[in-house]
Amino acid sequence: MSLPASAEGALEGGLPFVTETSHLRHPSDTPRWSSDAVSSSDGSIPMTVGGVDPGARVSVGAQRARLVLSSPPRWHRIAEIMIRVLALSAIAAVVLIFAFVAREALPLFTSHEVHKEVTLRQMWTAQQWPGYDAPDHIWQPVSEIPKYGVWPLLVGTIKVTLVAMLFGVPLGVGSALYVSQYARPRAREIIKPVVELLAGIPSVVLGFFALMVMASWIQDAFGLESRLNAIVAGLALSFAIIPVIFTISEEAFGAVPRSYVEASIALGAARWQTILRVVLPAASPGIAAGVALGLGRAVGETMIVLMASGNAAILSGVFSESVRTLSATIAAELAEVVFGGAHYTVLFYLGTLLFLVTFVVNSAGDWIINRMKRRLGVAS
Amino acid sequence: MNLRTMTWSVLAALVTVSTLSAPAVAGSVTIKGSDTMVILGQRWAEEYMKKTPTTTIQVTGGGSGTGISALINGTTDICQASRSMSAPEKEKVRERYKTTGVETIVARDGLSVYVGDANPLTEITLDQLKLIFTGKLTSWKELGGPDAKIIVYSRENSSGTYVFFKEHVLKGADYTPRAQTMPGTAAVVNAVAKEKFGIGYGGAAYAKGIKILKVKKDAQAPGVLPELANIKDGSYALSRPLFFYTRDKPAGDIKSFTDWVLSPEGQAIVSKVGYFPVN
Repeated sequence: MSLPASAEGALEGGLPFVTETSHLRHPSDTPRWSSDAVSSSDGSIPMTVGGVDPGARVSVGAQRARLVLSSPPRWHRIAEIMIRVLALSAIAAVVLIFAFVAREALPLFTSHEVHKEVTLRQMWTAQQWPGYDAPDHIWQPVSEIPKYGVWPLLVGTIKVTLVAMLFGVPLGVGSALYVSQYARPRAREIIKPVVELLAGIPSVVLGFFALMVMASWIQDAFGLESRLNAIVAGLALSFAIIPVIFTISEEAFGAVPRSYVEASIALGAARWQTILRVVLPAASPGIAAGVALGLGRAVGETMIVLMASGNAAILSGVFSESVRTLSATIAAELAEVVFGGAHYTVLFYLGTLLFLVTFVVNSAGDWIINRMKRRLGVAS
Repeated sequence: MNLRTMTWSVLAALVTVSTLSAPAVAGSVTIKGSDTMVILGQRWAEEYMKKTPTTTIQVTGGGSGTGISALINGTTDICQASRSMSAPEKEKVRERYKTTGVETIVARDGLSVYVGDANPLTEITLDQLKLIFTGKLTSWKELGGPDAKIIVYSRENSSGTYVFFKEHVLKGADYTPRAQTMPGTAAVVNAVAKEKFGIGYGGAAYAKGIKILKVKKDAQAPGVLPELANIKDGSYALSRPLFFYTRDKPAGDIKSFTDWVLSPEGQAIVSKVGYFPVN
């Protein structure tokens, strides 16, 4: 039997013409156009597709036609394999990078040569160094007695990240809430791209701006002793994470089912009540995911903190003091260290730590997003 | 990096590639190392290439430590250093290349102590410097200045200036953890210029927009500025030589460039940049 011209055209366009019939053969079973006739014992009428029709035994005079699936051309299959390889190579890259970084850090655990200069215990506990009054955590890798106390760097990273989150989360979530719930369409069309444009600013530009301009403003405004400090670096960093939090939160607000809002309004709730009691809770997993991804970016960001934090490895809880973060330390010191030496190994150990932290935080974010999508999918 | 040096770098890269096939046509010299000396090296290279168009010279910074590693690894012809090579570093060159490594003093620097323009202080002793940079002395008041905390600026630990200052002023002691580390001398100068109560150190050639303190060898000695006469007669306490290091005795293009650097013409550029000639 011949095919209607319209169906043939669709097939030539490469779109598989799928039907839901139960006893269709799997497309890959047949080489090209399926010519197998299926018995019409269930009453459905088989119809073969394609130019040739060797299945002449099919009853042509049946009342209903039945479509047999075609298998796609061979290049589809090749493209599919290539796409799969590309996707897998991204995963392979992540695994290989981690394996390489961890391998370079390995001598810290195993090498006696490295243990002569530094041990994990020395890195994580306060040490009584000659020339110091009391046991302390000190980061002084270039010294007669190199000192690799990790705590000042870790605390520095936490301080900068905290400041960045403190500014970034309310601003990111707030603007997302405004854009998705309050803004008129025209305002939304302006605000959304502008906030997302922020993500396109290179971090070195943000860092430079913080170093030259913001640091002076903040010092003058608050009378801080140290011009470059955790607050300046954290503020600059918040510009980098606002677009991340904004984009994901905005998506989360948009994904709240319309029926929730309508039900709330139908019950007589005011707009702000609806937003506070219905929209926000429903979108909260998405917001949490955005916050987690922003956190991951903040912990790992290097250039901004390298430029704006002052890079002094001080162990204290004061935010107006200069800080040195894990990422900035690696960036500043790796260029010069002796390949394979103790200092080199320690820097890779810090890299492994950083990798693990960002990996866990980002995975948590992804997990939350997936859970939210599933939940909302069921609810709507 | 200005447009001209950028153009030259690109040209130099091209020529490096082309020399692989035609080594006799043009020579190429790479110079790497001290951030203190990078402005000096670039001026030298520009002038020298104007005179000798067949030779191209590439100059990059990164710090004396970076330059010395590059010399050991064989990725640079000349290493500029603002500190002398340590014994283990020289040993590595000997081990790898069976050569002794040649040290040439090409200029002198008066390592300067910078404070903000508005700071009333004019001179400082070496002992006070040590106390400040090790964190034992934290207020300008103790030096007769205003009642404000001293904000200490230092360099990253790949810097030769960092090491020189640590050896000659701190006598090997550690910098205070409060010292903020800057990625280059220009960054230190910029930070001190913007910070009312900051203090930093670096090469004399970079001193713009800040005040240079007179340095006293001890409490009784007169305060001395890093100026030509004081560097020459040795009265400035923090005078230091600036070096070229090569793996072997300079030969060919490297030798003619080094000779020209030491000639009156090359040394005139030293003064123009803001450092001090060797003789």
